[in-house]
Amino acid sequence: MSAPAEAAVLEASAAAPTALAVNNIEVVYDHVVLVLKGVSLEVPERSIVALLGANGAGKTTTLKAISNLLHAERGEVTKGSITFYGEEVHRLSPNELVRRGCVQVMEGRHCFAHLTVEENLLTGAFTRKDGRAAIQADLEMVYGYFPRLRERRKSLAGYTSGGEQQMCAIGRALMARPRLILLDEPSMGLAPQLVEEIFEIVDRLNRQENVTFLIAEQNTNLALRHARYGYILENGRVVLDGPAEALRDNEDVKEFYLGLSGSGRKSFREIKSYKRRKRWL
Amino acid sequence: MAELGPVLEVLLGGLMSGVLYALVALGFVLIFKASGVFNFAQGAMVLFAALSLVRLSEWLPFPLAFLLTIVIMIAVAWAVERLVLRPLVGQHGLILFMATIGVTFFLDGFGQTIWGSNVYQLDLGIPASPWFLLENVFPGGILVSPIDVFAAAIAGSLVLALSIFFHSTKIGRALRAVADDHQAAQSVGIPLNQIWLIVWSTAGIVALVAGMAWGSKLGVQFSLSLVALKALPVLILGGLTSIPGAIVGGLVVGAGEKLAELYIGPLIGGGIEYWFAYVLALAVLLVRPQGLFGEKIIERV
Ligand SMILES: Nc1ncnc2c1ncn2[C@@H]1O[C@H](COP(=O)(O)OP(=O)(O)OP(=O)(O)O)[C@@H](O)[C@H]1O
Ligand SMILES: [Mg+2]
Repeated sequence: MSAPAEAAVLEASAAAPTALAVNNIEVVYDHVVLVLKGVSLEVPERSIVALLGANGAGKTTTLKAISNLLHAERGEVTKGSITFYGEEVHRLSPNELVRRGCVQVMEGRHCFAHLTVEENLLTGAFTRKDGRAAIQADLEMVYGYFPRLRERRKSLAGYTSGGEQQMCAIGRALMARPRLILLDEPSMGLAPQLVEEIFEIVDRLNRQENVTFLIAEQNTNLALRHARYGYILENGRVVLDGPAEALRDNEDVKEFYLGLSGSGRKSFREIKSYKRRKRWL
Repeated sequence: MAELGPVLEVLLGGLMSGVLYALVALGFVLIFKASGVFNFAQGAMVLFAALSLVRLSEWLPFPLAFLLTIVIMIAVAWAVERLVLRPLVGQHGLILFMATIGVTFFLDGFGQTIWGSNVYQLDLGIPASPWFLLENVFPGGILVSPIDVFAAAIAGSLVLALSIFFHSTKIGRALRAVADDHQAAQSVGIPLNQIWLIVWSTAGIVALVAGMAWGSKLGVQFSLSLVALKALPVLILGGLTSIPGAIVGGLVVGAGEKLAELYIGPLIGGGIEYWFAYVLALAVLLVRPQGLFGEKIIERV
């Protein structure tokens, strides 16, 4: 990380409290498969942070470790700690996390196919205790951001389009009145202009509703245009992190993730040893 | 047609016993929908509930015994959730199914150990002598058993109550959400353990009602546990995930087997009643694997 970039980050983190801190976690699947090998990251309140990396890098695993959804996949955090607004959340159940304001939008949307769009949104408010009127007001808020959901509110979610399902999944998370949304691969399988539309809504939610976002994305270019800070995961390790602009300008990122050079995707580790060798020659 | 009276009587009797099959199938459907578990123990729950009720009512006033039995069934649900479902979360459906077979044998054995294994009479205070309906239309009228009518009425109101519960309450919506996608339900903060407890308790109460209806007809005894086997073809017919399907499936099986006995039975020497339902189910399975009313399988990415 360059010195000015580091200064900028320090400044930013001094201004906003840390919403989420992941400290050196390891995740093991089926008691044997070590998938995360010491991942650390920090998400300041009200920011948008991107978690980048290729297929199988460990993005989804990281998000599920945070929201405690690994149990059903026979995965387990075996080392490290996770704090949400300073509180250790590693042992909390998913519903207690939602109650505290940390909600995940899963990869592949996962809307409830046999519930209508509106019923889907209402399930998002399951943990709330602030009454019908407040929930109704938030339903209107969600329809305000996603007018298309209002048109489809009576349709079964299973019969709506992929874009509508993504909106429905984000809207459902919003219904919990979250402080932090963990958004897993929102661009998956959607047309570019629709993806752009969704990211713009994420921007607006961030500014107007003060929702903090941690977004896992394979689409590095897109994510770095909307995020303020980024982490690049490879093989279960953070190999690079920095403010979004710095990452966009980074030669290696350009080469391997933004596709700005002709040599195709390789891994970071390869390029580094390659460069190192070159230096010695 | 002079024959119409007896045929109607057979049909009506079939429909009434179909209601009883439906009650057992309903318990299966509830649990399968919400936890994806094919609960083989539903029949054992029927027996256990009926045994508890009949023995408790020997030394308690009936309403008190009834309430206490509900509490017992909730305790059973709690134990199953804690000791079986929770440790096995995320395991393959077949493993969970095997676990429920374990629960079946435990409940059958344990129930008879603490409550005894004789045949107990369950008297719900319903007149045993049959009613004769439409005596001025058919010679001799149509014979109907009051217990059957009572069971049908209870089953009807139970189904109505359940469908209201599923479609217009917050918990009901959460139950349907869990039925659709466990992990997504967890991700929005629906606690699976709580939902499972509610579902198994509900299935326990349905089992109690089924046990009362069957028990007052046949006496409370071990064979009640076997009515679960009659619920299987009903499930295949109605679909594992449909509450109306369980009801209609039950009626079709009940009426079908009695009519088959009446019309086809004499041709092949009788006894068709015992296997007719299974053949019917097999035929349905070949044509419509999700059952007549099974939820449409929504496939789209
Ligand atoms: N339930 C599981 N059991 C065993 N291994 C798993 C399981 N889920 C994921 N993995 C492995 O963990 C690694 C990381 O997977 P993960 O889904 O976190 O990657 P990802 O970065 O989200 O990838 P993608 O971009 O494809 O979604 C992969 O090698 C994957 O094979
Ligand atoms: Mg992923």
